[in-house]
Amino acid sequence: MTDEKKKTAHLNRRQALMMMGAAGAGLMAPLTIGRDRAFAANADASGQIVLAFSQEPTVFNPLMPHIEVDEGLYYAVYDPLFDFDAEGGFFPILAAEVPTVANGGISADGLSWRVKLKEGVTWHDGTPFTANDVKFSLELTMDPDFRSFRSTGYKFIQDITVVSDTELTWTMSEPFAPMAAILASTYIVPKHVFDGVADKNSTILNTAPIGTGPFKFKNRMAGDHIELEANADYHMDGPFLKTLIIKYVPDLNVMYTQFKSGDIDVIGLQYIQPDNLAEAEKLPGKVVEVAGKATFESLGFNMMRPQFKEKAVRQALYMALDKTSIIDALYYGVPTPTETYMPQQSYYFNENLPKHEFNIEKANALLDEAGWVKGADGVREKDGVRLSFSNSTTAGNHLREQAQQFIQQTFAMVGAEMTIKNLPPAVMWGDYWMNSEFDSVVVGLNTLAGADPDTSDYFMSTMSPALGGSGQNTFVYQNPKVDELLVAGAQDFVPEERKAIYEEIQAVIREDLPFLPMFQYAVIKGWKDDVEGPAPNINNRIDTWNVREWTRS
Amino acid sequence: MLRYILSRLGQSLILLLIVSFIGFAVLTLAPGGPLSQFALSPGMTQEQIDKIAAQMGLDRPVWIQYFDWLRHLVVGDWGTSYRDGQSVLHVIGSHLFATLLLMGTATVISVTLGSSIGIYSALKRGGTFDYAMTVFAMVALSIPTFWFGLIAIYVFSLNLGWLPAGNMYTVGDGSLIDYLRHLIMPAMVLALVDVAIWSRYMRTSTLNVVKQDFVRTAKAKGLTRRRVLLKHIVGNSLVPMITLAGLQLPMVLGGALVTETVFTWPGMGRLFLDSLGYSDYPVVMGLLMASAMLVLIGNLLADLTVALIDPRIRLD
Repeated sequence: MTDEKKKTAHLNRRQALMMMGAAGAGLMAPLTIGRDRAFAANADASGQIVLAFSQEPTVFNPLMPHIEVDEGLYYAVYDPLFDFDAEGGFFPILAAEVPTVANGGISADGLSWRVKLKEGVTWHDGTPFTANDVKFSLELTMDPDFRSFRSTGYKFIQDITVVSDTELTWTMSEPFAPMAAILASTYIVPKHVFDGVADKNSTILNTAPIGTGPFKFKNRMAGDHIELEANADYHMDGPFLKTLIIKYVPDLNVMYTQFKSGDIDVIGLQYIQPDNLAEAEKLPGKVVEVAGKATFESLGFNMMRPQFKEKAVRQALYMALDKTSIIDALYYGVPTPTETYMPQQSYYFNENLPKHEFNIEKANALLDEAGWVKGADGVREKDGVRLSFSNSTTAGNHLREQAQQFIQQTFAMVGAEMTIKNLPPAVMWGDYWMNSEFDSVVVGLNTLAGADPDTSDYFMSTMSPALGGSGQNTFVYQNPKVDELLVAGAQDFVPEERKAIYEEIQAVIREDLPFLPMFQYAVIKGWKDDVEGPAPNINNRIDTWNVREWTRS
Repeated sequence: MLRYILSRLGQSLILLLIVSFIGFAVLTLAPGGPLSQFALSPGMTQEQIDKIAAQMGLDRPVWIQYFDWLRHLVVGDWGTSYRDGQSVLHVIGSHLFATLLLMGTATVISVTLGSSIGIYSALKRGGTFDYAMTVFAMVALSIPTFWFGLIAIYVFSLNLGWLPAGNMYTVGDGSLIDYLRHLIMPAMVLALVDVAIWSRYMRTSTLNVVKQDFVRTAKAKGLTRRRVLLKHIVGNSLVPMITLAGLQLPMVLGGALVTETVFTWPGMGRLFLDSLGYSDYPVVMGLLMASAMLVLIGNLLADLTVALIDPRIRLD
């Protein structure tokens, strides 16, 4: 009881800084972001950009199950209430201001929400946008007959009340700090196109989406491209392009070739391949940039296996992992080495974690000390358990497979026998992964939702499907300390406090090593030098997060 | 004749049924499925996937799904694409033009050019031209199309800058000239292999005809070379080609998997690959049924045409 009181007092004292699930200094998100240009410069929108993706956006209703590339279209056509900027802070889009405890948008306990909306926003078909559209969109995600893309977070929302056309309130059945991050990837859909439609899964949104975003849907040539045109009535600054073409180029070599030949202005998702980096950087008239992604690569253990029970074994194997060689020799030095699952660009990133050291002698000494004795075949053994295990990943991922062979050799130098057992993707990431049927894996994971640091799904001990849980703790990692911290973090709304909590989680996990962190992914983006606007944003999944600002000179 | 056609159609129906059953079984039994692509999406839980599977009817036993699909197909409902929510016929229709344009052009080039080369080679058998064309055919047949396509892009787009590196047209242009400029490379690359095939078949067929008695008779009764060639040799050596053309029909509409990918051509071949990748069962089944039908129809048409123009053949 006293604890709770203390916490509340603490909250009040810091009210000025409070912003749900957001991050630090970037938190005081300016109401008008970025440029000082006069509002709505869109009458003189000019020029065209061809943006290429190696997958085809096909799901145009943003509340239905979709993949990364579909969001490339959503940012252009639809708007969320607010979104993350590159620093992890929020900036308002459809909302007049980002709800915070400070401005009364969120109650101190995180249970009552009040969202004020911008006035005078219209849908692409001219219908006025109101709070009823927001209410409808939030409720649609939980409609039992609707194929909703997720229920996490939404299921806590209750009693949505439309106060006026530009204001609505709701209550949460429990405090859930990641809710703001979820709202940042919830695109609002127009209620009126669902009126009188029997099957909510098949509306006009599937074929000719109507949003409030900077670009209007013009047409789609299936299997080829989508043509979007400037929304002259856009409610924010921009757009500055007359036409935006989202082009589908299925082959990465072909995509790069078309970037070289100039058929493509901006090379998007799946990007330039690392082996082309050296050449790409020398291309005349092109800007090429390496940008971090939130995904991290690791060698993960199945902690239920007797080989991996002992911390000394996991630490020794980490020392026997030659990260630098793998990154430099196999990945052309593009990704960044990491010690944690948290992206280095995140506000919650712990930069004080111990640095990895590749040291075969120390690793051997550590295992000797722990009582793992080398047998006649050079493989260590302790209490009848051989230090021998399989390692699995997606068959056909050539770089990973080469990394595996490399790891196999350095592990052998410390008396650990690693056999390689790779499986096709549908088998690998099915039950084999979800039910922890593997010994160890090499996997690329993004454990975050947007910029929110909550990773309960992956590290909470109750989240292992192999033990009847519903999450993705497939390493079957169990540490009561981490459980406790994760619960505290999900119910805390003060960024500085949350940062301390999640830094500690990272420190504990770095010590425990349920997975050996290898590197954080990076991608190679490219665009013509007369294009301005494309900018990395680790907190959003795709390039078009700021497409409203893109210009062509 | 009518009885023959009816019995052929009857057989075709049974064949289609078998094709559909095998196709459906193979598709649905393969691991993965249309929802597996969402498994790694943020916030997507197993519970949510199960719920969507139930809404889409994917949790029912395979044989019930199959009969449900078949029942709809019989009344002309080909289903709805999982991938973009459009009707299957619309999806197929929206890719048809691209493929017809590309494959149609390539086929016209390969048939006319291939036949001409074949006839000429046969008439000048053993000559320099014949040898050169034999070598050309061997080379063309042994080079993979994707490699040839990439080389063509490298030379004509990147180095010389004469032609666009891919796509069907420039968005915002779309004039006839624009279409033609985009069409040249992929059509030539596709035609290259087909010219080789057609020229070989045509050469053999012509050689057979040239030896026939009626050709000697025609020459003996004093017809001009030109008349013997056009009326007696070419006409007769084209008869076996009709069967080949019948087999070509499903290819023309089915598109070219590799060439369409290399040249980012939005045709049926790419649609098939994409739909397969997404486990978009309704579209894959639709394409499978459509191409099976085309094979059957193409063969039937070829047989009927041959019977019509060749009095020696009677279909009964």
